[in-house]
Amino acid sequence: MRPFWVIARFVLLEAFRSGLPWLALACIAACIGFAAFLAHIALTETRELQAAVAAAMLRISAAFLIATHVVTSVAREANDRGLEFVLTLPISRSVYYVGKLAGFACAAALLAISFAAPLLLWAEPVPLGVWVLSLAAETALVAAMGLFFSMALAEAVPAIAVTAGLYLLGRSVGAIQAIAAGPLAQEQESALRGIVDALALLLPRLDQATRTEWLVYGLPPATDALGALASLAIYFALLVGAGLFDFSRRNL
Amino acid sequence: MSCGTRSLSPVPPRVGILLAVSLAAQLAWQASRGPPAPQAADLPSAPPAALLRAASFSELEATARLAMLYLQAYDLRGDNAVPYQHLDYGRLIAWLRAIVATDPRSGYALFSAARVYTENPDAAKCRAMLEFLYEEFARDPERRWSWLAHAALIAKHRLKDLPLALRYARAIDGLARDSRAPVWAKQMEVFILEDLDELEAARVLLGGLIASGRVRDASEMRFLTARFSALERELAARR
Repeated sequence: MRPFWVIARFVLLEAFRSGLPWLALACIAACIGFAAFLAHIALTETRELQAAVAAAMLRISAAFLIATHVVTSVAREANDRGLEFVLTLPISRSVYYVGKLAGFACAAALLAISFAAPLLLWAEPVPLGVWVLSLAAETALVAAMGLFFSMALAEAVPAIAVTAGLYLLGRSVGAIQAIAAGPLAQEQESALRGIVDALALLLPRLDQATRTEWLVYGLPPATDALGALASLAIYFALLVGAGLFDFSRRNL
Repeated sequence: MSCGTRSLSPVPPRVGILLAVSLAAQLAWQASRGPPAPQAADLPSAPPAALLRAASFSELEATARLAMLYLQAYDLRGDNAVPYQHLDYGRLIAWLRAIVATDPRSGYALFSAARVYTENPDAAKCRAMLEFLYEEFARDPERRWSWLAHAALIAKHRLKDLPLALRYARAIDGLARDSRAPVWAKQMEVFILEDLDELEAARVLLGGLIASGRVRDASEMRFLTARFSALERELAARR
C-alpha cells in the first residue's frame, strides 16, 4: 500500500478508536432531545423550528469536534515524537501532510453524514443531501484549518483558538460587511469599511455554505450551492498550499 | 477511550464526604432558588436586526425562531389575570421587527403578533400591534395576508373601528395575489362589511385557512382551535 493511504488509514483508525464517535452520538442525542423539547413550546412552525435549531447545533458541533480532534491528534503525535519517527522513513513531508489531511477529511465527512441522519426527521431528503455535502466540505475545511494551525503553532490551545476564530469570522463576515456598509456607517468610516472588505477577501465565506434555509425553505438555486462548494474548495486548496509551504521549510 | 478505574477503597473517606456534602449543598441551593421567572418589565431593548444577524453566525433561521421563543417567555404565564398587561409594546414591536428582518420568510413573529399579542385588552397596545402587522404586510403581501385578515377582524370586532378594518381589508384586496387564498380573502372588504358576528367571522376565517392548506402545523392548529373554542365559550357566556 502506498504511504499516502497508510497514513490516511491510520488517521481514520485513530478517529474511530478515540472518543470522537461517542461524542458524535452524544451530540446527536442532545440535538434530538432539545428538538423534542422545542416541539412542546412552539406555537407554530414546529418542524421548521426543530430543523433549524438541530441543524445549527449539529453544524457547530461538527466543526468543534473535528477541530479539537485534529489539533489534539497532531499535538499528541508531536509529544510522542511520532512525527520525527515517521519522517525517518522514506516518506516525503508532502505525502505525510496530505495523507494526514485526507484521513482527517474522511473522518470529517463521516461525521457530517452521521450528523445528517437525525435531520431526516424534519427535513426533505434532497435538500438534506445538498446540506450534508456542504457540511462535509465545511468540516473538511475545518480539519485543514486545524491541521495547518496545529502544525504551525505547535501548541494545542493557540491552535484551537485560532481555528475557532477563523471559523467564526468566516461565518459572520457577511453580516459584519453588511453592518460596515449600512446606513449608520458614516462617510468618514469608509476606511474602516475598506479594511473589513479587505479582511473578507482573506476569509472563507462559510456564511454561504451549509445553510439552514435549504432545509427549512427548500433547495437553493444550483448556482448558489455550487458557488458555496466552489468557495470552500478554493479555500481548502489555499490551506493545503499554506500548510505544505510551512511544513516543508520548517526545521524539525 | 481509557476508562480503567480502581476500586473505591483507595479513595480517602474525607474526599468522599467532601463530594457528598458539596453535591447535597449544590442540590439544596438550586432547589431553594427555583427556576427564574421572567417579568414583563424585564424585556430588554431589542437589538438591531443587523446585530442579530451578526450574532447568529449565519444561522438566521434558527436565531429568529429561538428569539421568538425567548420573547414568548415574557408575560406568557398562566397566573396573569390580564394577558400581556405588563409588556412594553414599544420594545415588543421592536423585537418582532428585528426578528422578521432576520428571517423574513418565517411566519412565527407575525403569527404571534396577530394571534397572541393582539389579545391585549389595552386598545392602544392592540392598535400598535395591528399597525405593525399592516406595515409588515406591505413588505410581502403574498405571504402575509392571512395575518392582516385576522387584524381586520380584530379591528372590527374588538376595537369596533370599522374604518381601520376597511383599511386593512382594502390593502389585502389591492396587494395580495395568493392563488390559494379562500374566496373571502379575495373579497376582504365585502367580508368585513358583511353582518357577521365575531364568532361567525372567526369560523369562516379559520375554516378558510385550513381549507387553503396554510395551516399545516400541528401546534398552530391546536393553538387556533383552542382560541376558537375559548371565543365560542366567551360569546356563549355573554349571551
